[in-house]
Amino acid sequence: MVIVPETISGRQEAQSPSRMTPPALRLRKPSQPAVTSDSVIRAEGVTIRYADFAAVRDVTIEIPDRQVTAIIGPSGCGKSTFLRAINRMNDFIPSMSISGLLTYRGQDIYGPKSDAVDLRRRIGMVFQKPNPFPKTIFKNVAWGASINGYRGDIHELVERALRRAAIWDEVKDKLNQSAFALSGGQQQRLCIARAIALEPDVLLMDEPCSALDPIATARIEDLIDQLKTHYTVVLVTHNMQQAARVSDLTAFMYMGELIEFDATDKIFTTPSEQRTQDYITGRFG
Amino acid sequence: MTGITGIVRIKERLIHGVLFLCALASVATTAGIIWVLAAESYLFFQELHLLDFLFGLRWAPLLEPKSFGVLPLVCGTFLVAGGALLVAVPIGLGSGIFLSEYAPSRVRSIVKPILEILAGIPTVVYGYFALMFVTPHIIQPLAPGTDIFNAASAAIVVGIMIIPTIASLCDDAFRAVPQSLREGAYALSATRLEVSTRVVLPSAMSGVIAAVILAFARAIGETMAVTLAAGAMPRLTLNPLVSIQTMTSYIVQVSLGDTPHGTIEYQTIFAVGMLLFLVTLTFNVIAQGVLRRFREAYE
Repeated sequence: MVIVPETISGRQEAQSPSRMTPPALRLRKPSQPAVTSDSVIRAEGVTIRYADFAAVRDVTIEIPDRQVTAIIGPSGCGKSTFLRAINRMNDFIPSMSISGLLTYRGQDIYGPKSDAVDLRRRIGMVFQKPNPFPKTIFKNVAWGASINGYRGDIHELVERALRRAAIWDEVKDKLNQSAFALSGGQQQRLCIARAIALEPDVLLMDEPCSALDPIATARIEDLIDQLKTHYTVVLVTHNMQQAARVSDLTAFMYMGELIEFDATDKIFTTPSEQRTQDYITGRFG
Repeated sequence: MTGITGIVRIKERLIHGVLFLCALASVATTAGIIWVLAAESYLFFQELHLLDFLFGLRWAPLLEPKSFGVLPLVCGTFLVAGGALLVAVPIGLGSGIFLSEYAPSRVRSIVKPILEILAGIPTVVYGYFALMFVTPHIIQPLAPGTDIFNAASAAIVVGIMIIPTIASLCDDAFRAVPQSLREGAYALSATRLEVSTRVVLPSAMSGVIAAVILAFARAIGETMAVTLAAGAMPRLTLNPLVSIQTMTSYIVQVSLGDTPHGTIEYQTIFAVGMLLFLVTLTFNVIAQGVLRRFREAYE
């Protein structure tokens, strides 16, 4: 499948035209929205390895601004690994190595001048399992701002974040109670509020509903739809209905490779690749 | 076939019995010690009122006029143990954070065993070290006029002695904090220091408290180093630069002397031993309780 030699480092050649048209480009179909001008996250031949195992292979993708981009695929297809590369959460795995070029608004995420702490200030993340801190609801939301030296009105910031995360009305009378007193769905929306309190540019969501019941899931999905007016959302999910419901664009990954990336409608109605067709019709995965 | 099965069965029962006796031995020993302590203490408290013992301000069982107020010994004990915590808590906590949050696994696999070697050094060596090095080369240059036997040197070496306890238990407590909390904090653009001090440490606080209490109980029970370093001068003082006496070193003093059996002077060591036992037991029970609550928090 992979024709581009992995030994070529994309970093130096990123701007050269030959790198812009790798063989992987054949995956992009004419119906794909023209997103080149305002793409936020851009991957060029990104390969991510854990020791010798390549979890992500030669992925080239452009993620557009203020849209919901879903990444779907069976377990182990590399979708979470790719997502966590965007805000450098894989840095904590010592055996991880990455090649190719991954940029955020034109800045090389893994470049020598890139600072992971600064980057995560702009690219927030919501995890699979709700992970509030063992603190009060208020302190959970204020935490990110407080460590980043926020000087404005912290109460206003907390309220705005909780409102945007569609949980304000449920928690406004118990801001000083422990976050653990909330239900799983509420905890997850609290984690979303905590992430957006930092006013990020991009919000990465790693299967945010997989630990939640259908009603809580529906609420988070509604919320994701609202969030895209302010944030670029990248959503990893193994739930195809969810991708179909909430995303504007869908990427299908399989065995570490990006098989197809297109408008969500197109992926779920007339996919170009046989493997995408097989996956969304439930033939495997 | 049946013969072999029979032999195997007898062997199994024999092993079962032997192992049971081993377990019984330690329980029986503990029970025996408590029995002796209680019996001799009972005889002591026949002659002296409990309140005079617990709240008396002068401890002079071997000198005339005799006085059996245990507070000077309790004070000396807590002075040394408290001073030990001042040394051990910052260093132990720092080592725990380093081991759990900063050290790569290779460094950790080297440093942790070294820390545990500290715990294996005979305590008399620490006492000798306090007397021959800490007092003359560290304390006396800083505070001229310090007694050669003093509480500060004892506190320092006991502190060094309990660092491994605190470091190792704190490391365990930090590692029990779910990785998902660290990830959540890193994703909010926290630095490693902020993750360590503002998420991991508060989340593991009950484990840290339990570690400190257990280390404190160890410091209270520490005997040889304190006997060598702190001297044998029961005194109701908080001055660390003078000679004091702890409960443990008093027991050593009487045990080594020629105090006749059956006298009230002899019985004092059982009363002091009983008190010591109850104090350390209380701290251990509190620490276990705190640890149990801590375990429930994330399970």
